Amino acid sequence: MISEKDVNHIAGLARLGLTSSEVKKFQKDLSSILGYIEKLKKANVKTVRNIDQSPSLKNVMRDDVAVKQSEDVTNKIIGLMPDTKERFLKVKSIF
Amino acid sequence: MNLTDFTITQTHNGLKKKEFSATELCEAYLDKIQKDNKNIFAFLALTEDLAREQAQKTDEVISRGGNISLLSGVPCAIKDNILIRDFICTAGSKILENYVSPYDATVIKKLKSQQAVILGKTNLDEFAMGASTENSAFGPTRNPYDLERVPGGSSGGSAAAVAANLACYSLGSDTGGSVRQPAAFCGVVGLKPSYGSVSRYGLVSFASSMDQIGPITKTVKDCRIVFDVIRGEDELDSTVVPTKINNEKLELKNLRIGIPREYFVKGVDPEVERIVREAIKKIESAGAKIKEISLPHSEYALSCYYIIVPSEASANLARYDGIKYGYSVVKDAENPGNGLLGIYLQSREKGFGDEVRRRIMLGTYALSAGYYEAYYLQAQKVRQLIKKDFDKAFSAVDVLLTPTTPTPAFKIGEKIEDPLSMYLSDIFTSAVNLAGLPAISIPVGKIGNLPVGLQIIGGPFEENKILSVGEILEQL
Repeated sequence: MISEKDVNHIAGLARLGLTSSEVKKFQKDLSSILGYIEKLKKANVKTVRNIDQSPSLKNVMRDDVAVKQSEDVTNKIIGLMPDTKERFLKVKSIF
Repeated sequence: MNLTDFTITQTHNGLKKKEFSATELCEAYLDKIQKDNKNIFAFLALTEDLAREQAQKTDEVISRGGNISLLSGVPCAIKDNILIRDFICTAGSKILENYVSPYDATVIKKLKSQQAVILGKTNLDEFAMGASTENSAFGPTRNPYDLERVPGGSSGGSAAAVAANLACYSLGSDTGGSVRQPAAFCGVVGLKPSYGSVSRYGLVSFASSMDQIGPITKTVKDCRIVFDVIRGEDELDSTVVPTKINNEKLELKNLRIGIPREYFVKGVDPEVERIVREAIKKIESAGAKIKEISLPHSEYALSCYYIIVPSEASANLARYDGIKYGYSVVKDAENPGNGLLGIYLQSREKGFGDEVRRRIMLGTYALSAGYYEAYYLQAQKVRQLIKKDFDKAFSAVDVLLTPTTPTPAFKIGEKIEDPLSMYLSDIFTSAVNLAGLPAISIPVGKIGNLPVGLQIIGGPFEENKILSVGEILEQL
């Protein structure tokens, strides 16, 4: 069972706003899911040495070059920004 | 017979013989959607202009006496987490309600190059998180076989559209069963390709080590046709493994089929088990060798899945921050958010539904200091054991047969208040994604009016084998 404090802590880390009734609801939901997941701890993993997905595969790299997009595409992407000034993305001040 | 009843092959032949034009066909589908979508709610939005334009292109080629490809002029539906340039892509979420795709997903580019007629975008659980489409921010899809029941999920709209003849075929995405489970519930065919078979470029990211786009069709033959078009290398997705199209014929007498005993256990509806066992018996009588096998770590698959998937999701969904794109409280005139942190917190609170927030929190918890080793690292280790189970099985048999789901379609509202019971819907499908394997669900019978699906699992990149076994079973 995780506590209300835990839920608030996780929500903070995840940058999720929650109302106080939601904190209670998610506390119940998460506790029940984590209770089920608990059984994973019983698995014997002593034989597993590495957790690489596929040791036989190699990274696929491309050249580090920017691909120029048409102005039409750029304008559409800028159009999707919630807040802009001229062609810049506007962000609230941090301090 | 109506034009909308046809399979891809039948439609293609009709177009080639000029029995009907692509434009007539397109209008027949659009009319049917107009009439039936309000009951089923398979489509969130239509892309009529694009559909008509593509149909016209096909008709021009035919009238010039040119050859058309198998998918040319054939109407399809696309899950609304796959980007089509200049159309809205919501991923079933309020946070992307007004997001207009600036580019095409690779699979869409491939379909467009074949003059596929794209009719519209289909409903899904928000960000593909769910097994019923009830988590869509825009309302649930209904199962065409019983409107009181769910079509499955998360590609519920795509499966319902094909089952109700609102599209000849569709694309879905499968992270833990999201193509196969709705295909099983709606009595259609659904393929989850091997991880690395189909490009994920332009698919809204959910759990990047498991997501795959797959076709939903009326027949296995149709499934192969669509798979052969969407598969293959893409320089925009480095995880796609270069492989060749394989249509090698499979000899039934050489076929070795494994039956994993962990998939025939308590909790499986006895009628589902009976129907699946009957199908196995049929293929055995036709000459295949049947062998009972064991996948000993199966009992851990779902727990493992529900640690790794939320962990990856919590990282992927960090991009929806109310700053770059998507819903933002900045635009809310009454309450424009308090400072940078306020914009994050409130945009994500209002933009995401309950299931998405649940998974983000679960993932954040599993990755947080003090819990990482116990949860995430342990799950990654168990993932290796699950993979090894399958490797061992495929050294003795060619394919595995299991039920796709333990039960047929459940009632709308039955599981939505209990997230854990909803998660258990993925019990027979999620291990396949953990291991990166290909698997297909095909309809093998009905309980009353409700379809039952059989799952065929293959080794990595053995799509040809599972499709061939599916084709054989379809004929028996």
